[in-house]
Amino acid sequence: MSGKKAAKAATGKGGSKERLTFHLMLLPGMIMLLIFVFIPLVGSLMAFQDYIPAKGLFGSKWVGWENFEIIFSFPDSVQVFWNTLIIAFAKLVFNTIIPVFFSILLNELGGRFFKRTFQTIVYLPHFLSWVVLATVVSNMFSLDGPINAFLGLFGVEPIQFLADNNWFRTVIVSTDVWKEFGYNSVIYLAALLSIDPGLYEAGSIDGASRFKQIMHITIPSLMPTIVLMVALNLGNILNAGFDQIFNLYNPIVYETGDIIDTYVYRIGMVEGQYSIGAAVGLFKSVISFALILGANKMAKVTTGSGIF
Amino acid sequence: MIQKKSFGAYTAKVLIWMIVILMTLSCLLPLINMIAISLSGSSAVAANQVGLLPVDFTLTTYNKLLKDSQFWASFWISVQRVVLGTLINMFFVITMAYPLSKSKFRFPAREVYIKFVIFAMLFSGGIIPLYMVVSGLKLTDTIWALVLPGAVPVFNVILMINFFKSVPESLDEAARIDGASPLTILVKIYLPVSLPALATVALFSIVGHWNDYFSGLLYMNKASLYPLQTYIQQLTVDITQVTDAEQLKQLSQMSNRAFNATKIVVSTIPLLVIYPFLQKYFVSGIVIGAVKE
Repeated sequence: MSGKKAAKAATGKGGSKERLTFHLMLLPGMIMLLIFVFIPLVGSLMAFQDYIPAKGLFGSKWVGWENFEIIFSFPDSVQVFWNTLIIAFAKLVFNTIIPVFFSILLNELGGRFFKRTFQTIVYLPHFLSWVVLATVVSNMFSLDGPINAFLGLFGVEPIQFLADNNWFRTVIVSTDVWKEFGYNSVIYLAALLSIDPGLYEAGSIDGASRFKQIMHITIPSLMPTIVLMVALNLGNILNAGFDQIFNLYNPIVYETGDIIDTYVYRIGMVEGQYSIGAAVGLFKSVISFALILGANKMAKVTTGSGIF
Repeated sequence: MIQKKSFGAYTAKVLIWMIVILMTLSCLLPLINMIAISLSGSSAVAANQVGLLPVDFTLTTYNKLLKDSQFWASFWISVQRVVLGTLINMFFVITMAYPLSKSKFRFPAREVYIKFVIFAMLFSGGIIPLYMVVSGLKLTDTIWALVLPGAVPVFNVILMINFFKSVPESLDEAARIDGASPLTILVKIYLPVSLPALATVALFSIVGHWNDYFSGLLYMNKASLYPLQTYIQQLTVDITQVTDAEQLKQLSQMSNRAFNATKIVVSTIPLLVIYPFLQKYFVSGIVIGAVKE
């Protein structure tokens, strides 16, 4: 008996008893996913209905693609779609450039103590919620706040940043970069540490200045990591940051700041048009899903590793 | 020639230090300003005179906060959900990641389960159908609405699968030859060597639960049941309702900024307490995450 077990262990094959244990261990988690992920998925069929809560999913009238036709005929929803893409794309660009820039600069500094201190501080905003940071941000950008005071030194008239369609997206993108650049730089700092020091030695023997070494050694070495991160984040291009915008926007800036997720919330949960809201949500989910699969494939092709 | 080069290098060095310090300060100063506002007299705050140090130092708002029963009720709800939610999250992370970390030879059904899990991570039905399910199960207005919909933190499960995979197979084999059951092996071998990874995942859960305001907003119909972040979100929500710039200006002058700042500062203290641990573990968490499935 024990000989058999040993043989099984040695070949790496599990017994049926072991497999049964594994199935049982997975059961509770699978039930939770079934209830809170897969049943809502079925529920999103309400996007094809004129859903009335009292009648439920099985009693409500099926209307085919009507809700989607309604959505695409709203000028609002087209605007919302563009806002989402513009904000998410700008975030993708700057959430890559700034962390790469910061990690290269930080890597140039000598002195472990200072480096660690700087890192400790710049990681902090990542762990604070947008509820808290929205207050901090609206304080910073208020009419008589520090940013307007600073601009005032150069004779700029005070700007209502959070109530001005010319500025709202800029504030959203820059404060998101501000919150996340420290956290996003972690992965690049790790990549910088893995660059072969021999490359730099060879560079300095050849007389390359520090700047030239950064341009010709550091940045090319970081490229695979950058490409991987961008590819993976491309899948998120329809996520422009609900929590941030929800806590900072107001009707004045809906024109430039309203995104798919905030729109779904307002249409569906606040106005109670469940089917329309669910249709927008479903539309987003399907496109995101396709994008993530595509991005993962792209990451696998270009760098050999994806997220799944 | 040499001197010129070293002068250039010196300037570059100074410039780099300056940029890094500026970027670092940009993360710190707005938060210090918040603390200073919370400790300042209300007229100084209204006149926007507070910079990095309190003006007319006072603890009035802190005293007021101590007596604010709604704040502490919400604080308590948040503490409960962090504890309950994190325990539930950890249960599912461990029970799911362990079997799924086994090879398909040992556990052929793994391939089906893992597809199911990845699909659950990538595709969501959206908030409206989820809300229908939660209210259909009569979970609204209970703490379960805050912890059950996110009970299986799929991303963390995958993180943990990757970590369990890195545990040497030989440890597992030796135990199995000795006749240990899968559960014994999990508890006696896998969990002890995975403590850093488990700590990482637990910290992610704690921060996630503490910071979440949205499920409170969605599932709680009574303000008295709001967790802390939802309660704070509702204080500042005025600003998202305004329809013209003049109103926004008035609101920011009228609202009790010092008191709100105090609430924000106090709500952040628990995070600052665990921050040293967070910082220690989350870097390793990212590195584990980088070992791809």
